[in-house]
Amino acid sequence: MKQLVYFLLLGAWSINVSAAEVITGSDAGASLNIAAVVMFLLFVSATLGVTYWAAQRTHSAADYYSAGGGITGFQNGLAIAGDYMSAASFLGISGLVFMSGYDGLIYSIGFLIGWPLILFLIAERLRNLGRYTFADVASYRLGQLPIRTLSAFGSLAVVALYLIAQMVGAGKLIQILFGLPYELAVVLVGVLMVLYVTFGGMLATTWVQIIKAVLLLSGATFMAFMVLKNVGFDINELFTQAIAVHPKGSEIMAPGGLVSDPVSAISLGVALIFGTAGLPHILMRFFTVADAKQARRSVFFATGFIGYFYILTFIIGFGAIVLVSTNPAFLNATGLLLGGNNMAAVHLSAAVGGDLFLGFISAVAFATILAVVAGLTLAGASAISHDLYASVIKKGEVSGPMEMRVSRIATVALGVMAILLGILFEKQNIAFMVGLAFAIAASANFPILLLSMYWKNLTTRGAFIGGFAGLMTAVVLVILGPIVWVDIFGFADAIFPYKYPALFSVAVAFIGIWFFSITDRSPEAQQARDLFEHQYIRSQTGIGAHGANDH
Amino acid sequence: MSADLYEQVKRDPLFAKLTQSRTRWAWALSALILLMYFAFILLIAFAPSVLAKPIAAGSVITVGIPIGVIIILLAFVLTGVYVHKANTHFDALNQKIKDNLQ
Repeated sequence: MKQLVYFLLLGAWSINVSAAEVITGSDAGASLNIAAVVMFLLFVSATLGVTYWAAQRTHSAADYYSAGGGITGFQNGLAIAGDYMSAASFLGISGLVFMSGYDGLIYSIGFLIGWPLILFLIAERLRNLGRYTFADVASYRLGQLPIRTLSAFGSLAVVALYLIAQMVGAGKLIQILFGLPYELAVVLVGVLMVLYVTFGGMLATTWVQIIKAVLLLSGATFMAFMVLKNVGFDINELFTQAIAVHPKGSEIMAPGGLVSDPVSAISLGVALIFGTAGLPHILMRFFTVADAKQARRSVFFATGFIGYFYILTFIIGFGAIVLVSTNPAFLNATGLLLGGNNMAAVHLSAAVGGDLFLGFISAVAFATILAVVAGLTLAGASAISHDLYASVIKKGEVSGPMEMRVSRIATVALGVMAILLGILFEKQNIAFMVGLAFAIAASANFPILLLSMYWKNLTTRGAFIGGFAGLMTAVVLVILGPIVWVDIFGFADAIFPYKYPALFSVAVAFIGIWFFSITDRSPEAQQARDLFEHQYIRSQTGIGAHGANDH
Repeated sequence: MSADLYEQVKRDPLFAKLTQSRTRWAWALSALILLMYFAFILLIAFAPSVLAKPIAAGSVITVGIPIGVIIILLAFVLTGVYVHKANTHFDALNQKIKDNLQ
């Protein structure tokens, strides 16, 4: 605990120094920054307290990876919603609504629609078959070495891309909100996430996420309420005022240019739906509940919270059009939003709740990033320690404490990597990273996971070759596509015309898995097919599943 | 130990009933969600003007807005339908199967 105390002091010192810089630097941001810093320190103290509490309760590997299976469905639903309501989706979607109105709603629906499918097809079976990581399920009856290795690398690729994107986003956001230097912000996020994960494991990671989800939902509810109050709770009046002041006029009430052609539209839909069901940090949350029933309840609550949140961001985006875009205090000399369109929700918080509420929302935005990166780091560390170290290298012959130690070392290594790459990528265009993470999750992780649970004839060879082909197709098509080939490499035309390759790479994965499975005549393939029946019975009934206590 | 249990479960007619019923519900609800979502996406791609019509003469609210909100609400309601069905019907069947083992 010495480190925690030391860190608190260090953190408080560094924030005070930069707050002082802000005060001397520009008086415009001085007073509101202090409110934000105080609220943020409150959040950090509370979450470090939670981490201390969780550390006392984290003894075994099961505690560490899955909070001992003791999280309830309601709590887990909040935590899943929290993982999903990242700073990118809060600020990004409200910013998108602010900029183009209805298109923001289309995006929200795409992000939400995967959840019912996860419930109907995956959640219960996942809980009944798995223990700590989704690779447990994928390799249940297949060759441990190849499938665990592929799944672990699929997880690590998704985690690394997502983590770097979050770190760069965090650094820039905190720079604007708190006036902290970019590097310091990245280091602060990295150190805090390592503390949560190494000391408090899954229990702390989950509770940090729950606290943040409640804060974010409360803050967004208050903002939407104030926006509606401002128009006398007449939604028609809100839209009328927005149309009157928005440069696009009544176009903001209808689909705009976001979804231009059907192939792009469907490909984006495939990436969002299947990608969500292949994100390792989301899938691991299903192992923190006691049984399949709680896993179901988790998705029910998560879908409710996420849906409610997206409706709020829609109102917040329109509120920002009416209250922020008309107020010169939030605009620069050319009439654009200070800090860019993604700051719409942040400025709106000042407009409806003054400096104190602006401080609250800024602190919540920071907290959001912290909670999401902590979950990502734990998912990455689990892939290294549970899948690669314990299952592949040590073939399961390893003690719980040893596995936990490896996981903690992996957490610190991931933290250092995230900080360094976060700083390295500061000036880079990282927009492709989240898209690529979703594409890999949809094309490598999801097809293997789904077919391992549903298709009897799946074999190790088929899963490995097909999954690997899906992974490579996703990576190559993203590089040849407009985001990397044109925006980053500077070529005039993209070789692959679509931004989202998921439709093609997912098809490659499924066809590859199918073909190399049915043509597999090895004795191992027959064994994998024979084992399907028992796996099926366990996935349906939960008989033989790891329970809350016998983890 | 587990292998014997699984052989017993396999022979239990209730197990076939459980899996058939659950499979039917899961795929029917999934098909409904996918149909709804891709119909919405294709409408945006091919006939966005349908969504741009006002819901009533003189209103600024377009058809697209209630449709979008309804999709979000339906996603939640359908998860509720499945969870209710599973908590009552499937879990009761599952418990009977487990009880038959003792």
